[in-house]
Amino acid sequence: MFDLKIKNNRVTCRPGETVLDALLRENINIPYGCKAGACQSCVVQSLDAKPPAKAQGGLKDTLKSSGHFLACQCHPEQPMTLKLSKEAASFVDGRVAVNEPLNRNTQLLIIDINDADRYRAGQFVNLQRSDGLTRSYSIANIPHASGTLEFHIRRLPGGRFSTWVHEELKVGDSIPVSEPQGHCFYLPDRKEQGLLLIGTGTGLAPLAGILADALSHGHSGPIRLFHGSREHEDLYRVNEMRELAEHHPNFSYTPCISSGDAPEGFTQGRVHDAALSAQADLVSWRVFLCGHPDMVKSAQKQAYLKGARLADIYCDAFVVSAEQAPSA
Amino acid sequence: MSNSLYERIGGEAAVNAAVDLFYRKVLSDYRINRFFDSTDMDAQIAKQKAFFTYAFGGPNNYTGKDMRSAHAHLVKMGMNGSHFDAVMEHLGATLHELNVPEDLIAEAAAIALGARSDVLGL
Ligand code: FES
Repeated sequence: MFDLKIKNNRVTCRPGETVLDALLRENINIPYGCKAGACQSCVVQSLDAKPPAKAQGGLKDTLKSSGHFLACQCHPEQPMTLKLSKEAASFVDGRVAVNEPLNRNTQLLIIDINDADRYRAGQFVNLQRSDGLTRSYSIANIPHASGTLEFHIRRLPGGRFSTWVHEELKVGDSIPVSEPQGHCFYLPDRKEQGLLLIGTGTGLAPLAGILADALSHGHSGPIRLFHGSREHEDLYRVNEMRELAEHHPNFSYTPCISSGDAPEGFTQGRVHDAALSAQADLVSWRVFLCGHPDMVKSAQKQAYLKGARLADIYCDAFVVSAEQAPSA
Repeated sequence: MSNSLYERIGGEAAVNAAVDLFYRKVLSDYRINRFFDSTDMDAQIAKQKAFFTYAFGGPNNYTGKDMRSAHAHLVKMGMNGSHFDAVMEHLGATLHELNVPEDLIAEAAAIALGARSDVLGL
């Protein structure tokens, strides 16, 4: 018998019971489906104890490393503090350190934050305006290295939050930042594996973070970054990426332009077409896809058909609200 | 033998390995891929997992009636016995590739075959 702590509740998991059984018995509202470890709808997170290996079968490595497990497959081996996925994220105050343009419509926002080691490059957080308006943005740097979080904020037509960041948010202002979310990040195992990074627009943010993280861990396999946008003016960090590629022989960078003629040094066409056609197969590659949802979905399927394991395809899954309609 | 087929084949880990191989096969098979061609890959994968959990005789909540309603739109799209047989082929090939012993493959195939008339709405 082990105690499970969930927010203010304490539930005792009886012998033979799974965590899911115990929660359901106490009428705690938790999604589930197959009760067989297959559908993964019952994923919860342990905030302290390491979950039994069996309860993590089939989960992505990044989820495993953050203590997520399947409630229906878990017979606890010690007391656990749990977090259900639908619990609202808690916020801490950060302070704006930099807010300056990256290109004609994208702002670089850097926020000083305490406890930066909680955050990983490529995850996302919610940022909040004082009236509660909230948007998700991906982390583009290695937070623990600098004690900051870096975001790329594209101005969207009619976008209330992005307009506010572009026009009103000032260096020195304080801004609430949620805890990190999402499992789209780099894990420093299998360093010889190829990494394929494909992004549109500010989908570069998490990819740049993942890239920096992989390089800092001495990733030895090939790393290929493809960044696309409609027009050349909507790309950014082009020179920085080219320089990085010069210094790291295992890293290559391909900027892609989907409309009109691509200038010298840029590839003409849609970014995932360029990325996937350059690749004979993706057997044993790790693939990261971020940006326009249509691109992500289509690239996800193509990468899989080229041989990438389902568990090795990471998509940045947060959904943009309608007014934040994706722009790539 | 007291263990279920699901456990003997390897449980949830085997389901995941099987889905990985199987879904690639059906998506590459021009005879049937249009039935699997939804853009929402995550939803599709959840369905393939449910399929394998079922074929392995694992814990699941399906009734014959669920099978019928879940596949009715595919029958409308023209799914028939030949498509069902193609899926059975890929099921067998997938399990072979995973080195599942013949007798267990036969058991799984028999379970899947048992759903034939419900799936096809016959
Ligand atoms: S309920 Fe389906 S994996 Fe737990």
